[in-house]
Parts: sequence; structure tokens; C-alpha cells
Amino acid sequence: MSAPTQVLFDEPGPKARRNNVIFSIVSAIVLLALIAFIVWKFADAGQLDAAKWYPFTFTQIQMVLLSGMLATLKVAVVASVLAIVVGVIFALLRLSGTRIISIPGTIVLEFFRGVPVLLLIFAMFLIFGNTIGPFWSVVIGLTLYNGMVLAEIIRAGILAVPKGQREAAMAIGLRPSQVMSLVLMPQALRAMMPTIIAQIVVLLKDSALGFIVTYQDLLYQVNLIGREYNNLLPTFLVGAVLFIIINMIVAAIARWLESRLQRKTTADTEDGALSAKTVT
Amino acid sequence: MDFPQLLQMFLSGTWGTIKLFTVALLGSMVLGTILAGMRVSPTPVLRIAASTYINVVRNTPLTLVMFFCAFGLPFLDIRFGATSSFNSFVYATIALTAYTACFVAETLKSGIATIPVGQAEAARAVGLTFGQTLGQVILPQAFRTVIPPLGSVIIAMLKNTSIASAFNNRELISAMRNAIELRGDLVIPLLFGTALAYLILALILGRVFDYLEKKLVILR
Repeated sequence: MSAPTQVLFDEPGPKARRNNVIFSIVSAIVLLALIAFIVWKFADAGQLDAAKWYPFTFTQIQMVLLSGMLATLKVAVVASVLAIVVGVIFALLRLSGTRIISIPGTIVLEFFRGVPVLLLIFAMFLIFGNTIGPFWSVVIGLTLYNGMVLAEIIRAGILAVPKGQREAAMAIGLRPSQVMSLVLMPQALRAMMPTIIAQIVVLLKDSALGFIVTYQDLLYQVNLIGREYNNLLPTFLVGAVLFIIINMIVAAIARWLESRLQRKTTADTEDGALSAKTVT
Repeated sequence: MDFPQLLQMFLSGTWGTIKLFTVALLGSMVLGTILAGMRVSPTPVLRIAASTYINVVRNTPLTLVMFFCAFGLPFLDIRFGATSSFNSFVYATIALTAYTACFVAETLKSGIATIPVGQAEAARAVGLTFGQTLGQVILPQAFRTVIPPLGSVIIAMLKNTSIASAFNNRELISAMRNAIELRGDLVIPLLFGTALAYLILALILGRVFDYLEKKLVILR
């Protein structure tokens, strides 16, 4: 825990420690009571009976849930890749020196960034649904929204690269496209990688919206199984756990990448050697 | 269905969105503040409970949270009113509140971390208890510091209210779907109209937060 949150209270003395223990026990009891109440309500509704969980031992049900999960992941992966491509393109459009390019780019970006992603998915589904189907409706909707958010992130990353980098690249005679692709973009993507992955997690969560346009994803299957066997809550819990595990894995990758990217890219200047030299 | 009727439909839809948004805004600010307070409290149990809640709910899609509230809670015999439309409204606001509170709490926690250590030390030195330190010294400053990021959380919530349309709520998206069912020939204008309504709401909200930022924000 960081320093400021630690200084909010004194180092506990004997009395405070005793109070802390009492308070811990009381709050633990309250929390347990809350959980017990929910479990009791579940049991009361008959949702915890072994029979309600029995369907999950069927291979067929497991396969259906698995296929739903794969469908969700497929949407998320395809949309992530496309969103990064769209993000890079729109970041470049907005950074373009020519106003004829940058102003329409900005308008399109602000438009898609300002509306709910569900509206975009609906729009795709209602206008092109018959030709492209629910899968591509969801993918394109997610791509448009998250692509624009990623464009802003990448643009901020490019603007944050020290000015000297660009000047140095120009000075050694690189063309503007080379300056961007060889010098600025790699550094921007690297610096912004944690934020980009956080946005990918948002995209992954939003991919659950597919069930609203009848895309047969995890939630759709959960709903179907729940109604079929009248065990909505157990199925829901299984589905939620699957979702949370996927998201936590991606979030953990983001944290790992962040700590990895914190490492310096430049070589050490070898202070020791320098100071040794100055002494002699 | 002529134009005035469609407009009226959209206005009532917009009103539904604003209602959902306002109630969820109040709820998530209160719950988010409580969660943030729990996360920095001296009691380990509260700290663990709050961080577990935040980690779990933050990693769950809002659709799933709302799915649970809209379909799961009636199963558990938890109802709030006589009419099913009011029930749907309450379920949707509970889901939005539970979900957004996590982000509010996270934002506030980062705000608390920016308050100079001396503030808390001084508060303790004059003998304030933890609750007083947090409530009278730290949180008022933290709120003012986090206005810009809090604004983006709140605007995201405005857009998230759209998900409630899939769970029997009357708001903009459901108004749009009804309108499209009645006037299949106007699909594209209706879609653009809905987008415009959201953009205007988001713009107004953005202005409000800009104003608050100019008035209140403490830069460190």
C-alpha cells in the first residue's frame, strides 16, 4: 500500500489494536451474514439443489458452454486486432498536418467515441445485419468504438514522445513516414501498452453485448441452458466465473507487461566507470 | 406515425435515460465513496472485502451484472414494487450502481493517494479520528482532485445506461427500437437521431464537468 493511505491512521496502540480486532470480527460477521443471506435465498428458491447443478456433468452442456465461450473470445480477438488497426489509422489521421485530413478524422472519431457501443452494434445489425450476420455486427460495432478510443490513446502516446526523437530522425534524413513508423510509433505503442491492454479488457467485457443481437455467445448459451433446465442462477454463476477468469487473466497480462515495460531501454551510462576515470 | 409522435417517443426515451442515469449517479457516488473509504480503513477485513468486491465486479461485464439483477433477483423473490416496469428500473439502477461504484472507488483511491502526506499527518496530530480525517480532510480534497477522471467515469456510465434497454427498460435505445418497428423506412435517420441524443447528453455532461473542474479542481 502506498504511503498516503498508511498515514490516514496512527500506528495502532494496544487499545486501537483491541478495537481493531473487535471491529474486524463484527464486520466479518456482518459480511458473512450478508453472504449467508444470499446463499439462503438461493437455497430457498431451490437453486442450490444438487439436481440444478447436475446438468453441468453432461458433456453436451459443457460443450455448449465451451462453444459459447469460444464465440465470445472469437469476437473479442477479431475486434481487438481490427480496433488496433483502426486506432493506428485514426491516430495518424488526427496527427496529419493537412487540415483536410485531420478535421474529418477528428469529427468521425468524436462521433463514434461519444455514442454507446450498443448503439453501434444495433446500427450495424439493423442496417447490414442481413448481409453480414450477428458476428460481424458485433465485431464492427466493437471495432468502431474501441478503435476510436485506442486512436486517442495512441495519439497521446505519440505526442508524449520527446521532441528530440522526431527532430533527430528528421535530421538524419528519414522521410516523415519513416519517422512515424520507425521512431515515433514504436515508442508510443510501447509507452501506451498498459493503457491499450486496459482498453482491450473493456472490449472483452463489451463483447458480452453480443447476446442482445442474438449472437450465440456465452451469455446467450447461459440464458438458454438456464431456461431449459430451470437453473438460471447456477448457470449464471458458471458463466460469470468463466468471464471473470478470462478478464482477470488479461488484466494480469497487462500488469505483467507494465512491469516489464518499466525496464529501461537505454544502456546504463556506467557512472562507476566515469567516476573512476575522473579520479585517475 | 408522424414526426411529432416520433419526437414525443424519443423525448420520453430520453427522460427514461436521464432518470436511470441520475439515480445510478447518486447511488454509485455514495457506494463508491464508501468502498474507497473501506479500502483505506485501518480494519483489514473491510480492506479485503472492498478490494475483493471491486476486483470481481470490475472484471465482470456490465451486461452480466445486469443479467443477474434483471433475471436473478426476481428468482430470489427480491422485488421492489408492484409493477414490472418499476421493478426493471430498480434492477437496472442496482446493476449500474454496483458496477460504476467500483470505478468511482478506484478513481477516488487514486485521488486519495495524491493528497500530500502532511494533510493526514496534521489531521492526526490535532487528534482527529480516522473517520474525521477521511471525511473532513482527505475526501473533500480527493474529490476535487479527481474531477476530470471522475467525469470520464460518469460519462461512460451515461453510455452504459443503454444496456438497460435489453432488460425491459424504457430509455433511448428501446425508444429507438420501438420507433424502428413502427417506421421501418426511417432506420438510418432514427439511428442518427439516437446517436445525436446521446452526443448532446454527453456534451452537456462534459460541459458540467468542465465547469466543475474550473471552479473546484486542485492541481498538484
